[in-house]
Amino acid sequence: MTNIKKLAQLVKELEDQFVVCIRCGMCQSVCPLFEQTKKEADVARGKLALLDGLMNRMFSNPEGASERLNRCLLCGSCASNCPSGVNVLEIFIKARIILTEYKGLSRTKKIIFRNILSKPKTFNRLMKWAGHFQGIFTKKNKNSQGTSCARLISPLLSNRNFMPVATEPFHEHLPKLDTVSSRSRLKVAFFTGCLIDKIFPKIAKDCIDVFHYHDIGVFIPENQGCCGIPALASGDLKTFEQLVEHHVDLFENNSFDYLITACATCTSTIKKLWPAIYKGNQNRVQNFVEHLSEKTLDINQFLVANIKIDSSHTDGDTDKEIVTYHDPCHLKKSLGIFKEPRQILNASGIKLIEMESPDKCCGMGGSFNLFHYDISSKIGTLKYESIVKTSCKTVATGCPACMMQISDMLAKNKSNINVKHPIELYANNLKSKEGLDKD
Amino acid sequence: MIDHFLVDEFENIVGLPYVLTDIEDMVTYSYDAAVLDPVTPLAAIMPGNSEELGQIIKICNENNLPLTIRGAGTNLSGGTIPSATGIVILTSRLNSIIEINKQDMYAVVQPGVVTATLSEAVEKKGLFYPPDPGSQAVSTLGGNIAENAGGLRGLKYGVTKDYVMGLEFFDAAGRHIKTGSKTVKCATGYNLSGLMVGSEGTLGVIDKIILKLLPLPSHRKSMVAVFNNMEQASETVAAIIANRIIPATLEILDNFTIRAVEAFSNAGLPVDAAALLLIEVDGHPAVVQEDGEKIETLCRKLGAVNIKIAANDQERDKIWAARRSALSALAKLKPTLVLEDVTVPRSRIPDMVKALQQIAKDFKIDIGTFGHAGDGNLHPTILTDKRDVKEWKRVEMAIEAIFEKALAMDGTLSGEHGTGLAKLPFLEKEVGKATIAFSQQLRKALDPNKILNPGKVTGIF
Repeated sequence: MTNIKKLAQLVKELEDQFVVCIRCGMCQSVCPLFEQTKKEADVARGKLALLDGLMNRMFSNPEGASERLNRCLLCGSCASNCPSGVNVLEIFIKARIILTEYKGLSRTKKIIFRNILSKPKTFNRLMKWAGHFQGIFTKKNKNSQGTSCARLISPLLSNRNFMPVATEPFHEHLPKLDTVSSRSRLKVAFFTGCLIDKIFPKIAKDCIDVFHYHDIGVFIPENQGCCGIPALASGDLKTFEQLVEHHVDLFENNSFDYLITACATCTSTIKKLWPAIYKGNQNRVQNFVEHLSEKTLDINQFLVANIKIDSSHTDGDTDKEIVTYHDPCHLKKSLGIFKEPRQILNASGIKLIEMESPDKCCGMGGSFNLFHYDISSKIGTLKYESIVKTSCKTVATGCPACMMQISDMLAKNKSNINVKHPIELYANNLKSKEGLDKD
Repeated sequence: MIDHFLVDEFENIVGLPYVLTDIEDMVTYSYDAAVLDPVTPLAAIMPGNSEELGQIIKICNENNLPLTIRGAGTNLSGGTIPSATGIVILTSRLNSIIEINKQDMYAVVQPGVVTATLSEAVEKKGLFYPPDPGSQAVSTLGGNIAENAGGLRGLKYGVTKDYVMGLEFFDAAGRHIKTGSKTVKCATGYNLSGLMVGSEGTLGVIDKIILKLLPLPSHRKSMVAVFNNMEQASETVAAIIANRIIPATLEILDNFTIRAVEAFSNAGLPVDAAALLLIEVDGHPAVVQEDGEKIETLCRKLGAVNIKIAANDQERDKIWAARRSALSALAKLKPTLVLEDVTVPRSRIPDMVKALQQIAKDFKIDIGTFGHAGDGNLHPTILTDKRDVKEWKRVEMAIEAIFEKALAMDGTLSGEHGTGLAKLPFLEKEVGKATIAFSQQLRKALDPNKILNPGKVTGIF
């Protein structure tokens, strides 16, 4: 699919999406990056203007545009605060793809692409032509600069020296699973995700225990991989599509009610970006991706909607562990999920105390943290400060990437606050109750 | 291209990271929120203190380099669109609240402080800074002063000009000028603050601001009155004022706007209402109670079919948040949005509303109308697509028609958005040739090298 036709189609889609921004500037009030740098190129309005104004020039100096586009956490704070409803994340992702694909093109292709783009109104016609040129231009595919999932993780570990890779990743502990429930008839497929598999396997184990406790059938196919977001965020469409298609093959032949992940980023990628990128393709993959998107749920959301969770339960026990909750951007801003994790926490025998601005981005932003560690840390320090003010013993959050960032910030400040996924606290509570019952 | 020696000089003053010249960055300072063509500047500079600001201006003056000051860039009349041969000075790093004085009730701020940031800070101390332009979450106080920004509370509390006690600013030559003081009264020298307010960066560069603060009203009551037609609602507005009641806020929304706002905010606005009045009274509890009741009675008498009173702060905040989203929510409907801010004497609001409806019909265009009806300031918002050449022609004619109507009613072209570039061609109609010549003369005298935001307000001189 990496070809001129796809690029031209993406550019055209972008042009239609640009128009929606009226330059009101309200995104400045919520952008965590703008708060630090005060540069218009760092906030959504500036980036949209840049893309809009430089659509042609972008290709004479793709590095300049690319560098600015990549200075973004992809947290979606702007989009969720945009009264005009600009689909910021989709636009930025597409623009990153266009630039990366373009940079990977041969010289001849670049010239043709540049010429196509310099006359945006003739796209429709040219797109037809592009179909004919495709064969010539895809012969020498130089698209090789995209990062992979594994490459995202390893530099993080070597650079940051925190959260060691688990000695036994989840997929070694439990390579595959296919169980049915005895009573509930409910069956879920579980998408592990790289970070949970390799760094936080306990979260996955706890998920399986919770499914088991609630008598839910589970399907885990062997050989799962990355949801593709690191590749996509670097504009590497080819790797992204390979990953999506790999998972389509894995999940297509089993029947289940929901696809569950415990990673906010995986959930929002599968739910929103998979269909967005495949939109208009009209083939088997596109169909299944749409279908899967509808079935995909965050674990907190799934439990609250399908299992009777008693979150009103209070023991009057004042010695309960104080927990505060950080809203991952990909749960709250992308998917509007913020009540459910709190309901799960309230059902976990802890005392939830809210921090100031719990939905403020932690500054991780995936690869943003790799390339802009100084700004990422400044944003993370603000999060650290609000966490500490709650006097909590544990900070919970539904995203392993946020867990890494928050752990880094806490470690840096020599804090002894624990970082947990809500499901770990929930599972822990179930286990301790069972223990009590046995006594 | 900007001369390299100038870039070096600027870098020496503010430091390397604070001088931007890449085309990719320049594009991001080429626009504001007005529907006008972008103009890319040569450089953008972010001074970190007064001294740096003064030195930059001096260099600009010595080199005939035009400069445009930019706060948040939320201007609706093109006042922050720079000159193609000039630079942009960003006030974003000049953003400290220097002092909030509880005893004497004033605040001293730098120009880059965000309006809402100051409001929140003074409210924490039981004080009140009333001007609240729609963009207050991002707009800067320097920008508010340069534009004489208004807001929702203009009716009772006035606009930005009513709160400026004193200013420090740089003139075109980079000299530091002081005017006004921290005292309630001050009669020394010319009232240069009055001249600077609304000057849109054409007479000087604001460096420090002394703002008047009020005690925070102890009680507030917000209500939404629902009407079956726009005339009844606008007549109610005129009647409230005629009955000597001054609410803090008295806003009108037509059906078009109601639907757009509700779709975005889910504030529970009745989407089938023809018009809504959003009203807030504040002050002493007895006054709030009495005024509230009087307004309710008036509304019902003049045709309100339903009146909903906010039960708590949360409901109140929801109403005003919904109102604040009106502009952007309307923007969702069509690719191009032209927001006007014609203002008429308050008793003429019903006439103006009628005129707007007629203009929409005559020119076959969509006009959503909302605004600060209580102070006579309406926001007829034209929804169109600039790419539709025929419709755009009709839009331009409709705008002229709106202006003519407003002027015929002794109104003004702009209540709060400023002249900038957008209103420039029409200014003469309102103020006459001599006024423009006088203003140009003033500029010539104060800015002989024509570096201060050239082309704005008075045009080229």
